[in-house]
Amino acid sequence: MSENSTVPQPAMPSSANLIIVLVMIAMMSGFLVVLTDQLTADRIAANEQAALERAIFTVLPEATQSRSYILSAEGLSLLAEGEKISNDKQAVYAGYDDEGNITGLAMVAAARGYQDVVKTLYGYSLETECVTGFTVLLSTETPGLGDKISSDSDFQANFDCLEAKLNADGSAVANPIQTVKNGTKTDPWQIDAISGATVTSTAVGNGLEESTVRMLPLLAKHKSSLQMTLTD
Amino acid sequence: MVQDPRLPEKLSWETFSTGLWKENPVFVMLLGLCPVLAVTNTAMNSLAMGLATTFVLLCSGVLVSLLRKVIPKQVRIASYIIIIATFVTITDYAIKAISLDLYKALGAFIQLIVVNCVILGRAEAYASKNPVVNAFVNALGMGLGFTFALLCLGVVREVLGSGSLFGFDLFGPAFQPWVVFVLPPGGFFVLAFWLFIFSVFRKRKERAQSNKEEVANAA
Repeated sequence: MSENSTVPQPAMPSSANLIIVLVMIAMMSGFLVVLTDQLTADRIAANEQAALERAIFTVLPEATQSRSYILSAEGLSLLAEGEKISNDKQAVYAGYDDEGNITGLAMVAAARGYQDVVKTLYGYSLETECVTGFTVLLSTETPGLGDKISSDSDFQANFDCLEAKLNADGSAVANPIQTVKNGTKTDPWQIDAISGATVTSTAVGNGLEESTVRMLPLLAKHKSSLQMTLTD
Repeated sequence: MVQDPRLPEKLSWETFSTGLWKENPVFVMLLGLCPVLAVTNTAMNSLAMGLATTFVLLCSGVLVSLLRKVIPKQVRIASYIIIIATFVTITDYAIKAISLDLYKALGAFIQLIVVNCVILGRAEAYASKNPVVNAFVNALGMGLGFTFALLCLGVVREVLGSGSLFGFDLFGPAFQPWVVFVLPPGGFFVLAFWLFIFSVFRKRKERAQSNKEEVANAA
């Protein structure tokens, strides 16, 4: 293009040639990506299921077995063995100890963080009516900053008993969970954010607030369908 | 970007070693600085990013080299980018399928590899002009050089900024870490420091080389 005119130039390929090459490469790319997606879909689904099961026992440490329920406006229904949950926002996982007595519940919370959605599984105690801990299911937050939510011990201390009590008639959460600036926590339903990772800390708080506000009143309403003791 | 005016070269140790030192993608060519600054806040992240980038470098280098006679130069950049993005996506799926824990640890890095100039730079400067085996060997050298550079930064930043190395606490709870080193300004400081050190080494080597030549000529 800028060479002097005595050097013979290779013929400029026709537009059709250029288009054909790009189309072929794009098709090959599409084919490779879809192939990889198909080949890995089962493995990924199995990994996610295994991770979820591990997560349940992480947030419910006294439990040795678990049952899955779907909670919706219609009611709380027990899932059969092997039945898949289609909307994990409606899932309630109940943990039972060796004797078959219920130890706590685990539910999914999700909210937009700094980069993308932060999905967590949190433990809830029926006796104390608080959130007892959480584990991260899915997060692409800033490495070294946002991912501190799992490791920072001061942040984790917020969840020793994060209050999520229902009001007197059980129709709503009395004090919705909120995330406050680092060092300004005054009430048991507040989460002290991590200094330098406020957005991710807020995402955890928002997810918990959304889930507890939606699920806990429904849970109270349909509590009779929850198996407090395993019979089999 | 370094222009390679030489014709397709013969395969030699140079092909591999050039990426490690003489044409180190970070410290000499100053390519891929965005992930270098972003993901080196811990040594583990640096290592993982380096290995993932090496994998994409290898795959895209080989494919670009295989297709070099077919792709017209007017659409080469677009083609290279499609190829690189494809392999980054494949890497993303592969890691998710291998281990979700590993995927969670690497998380946002994988997609960052697409914006890494080292890969596009090498595709344009080398892989598009050399046969497959050369391209593979050169990409391997470049990838390892990149990983080495990342580790240089990652180790310093993690030790000073968090008091730990690869997650292992080094100094105990009494140590007050120099937090700035795990934040962006610290990244710039450490990068500047390493660029300075490498520059000093290179100048010294060049001087020693030219002194040797002078002596040889005089003799």
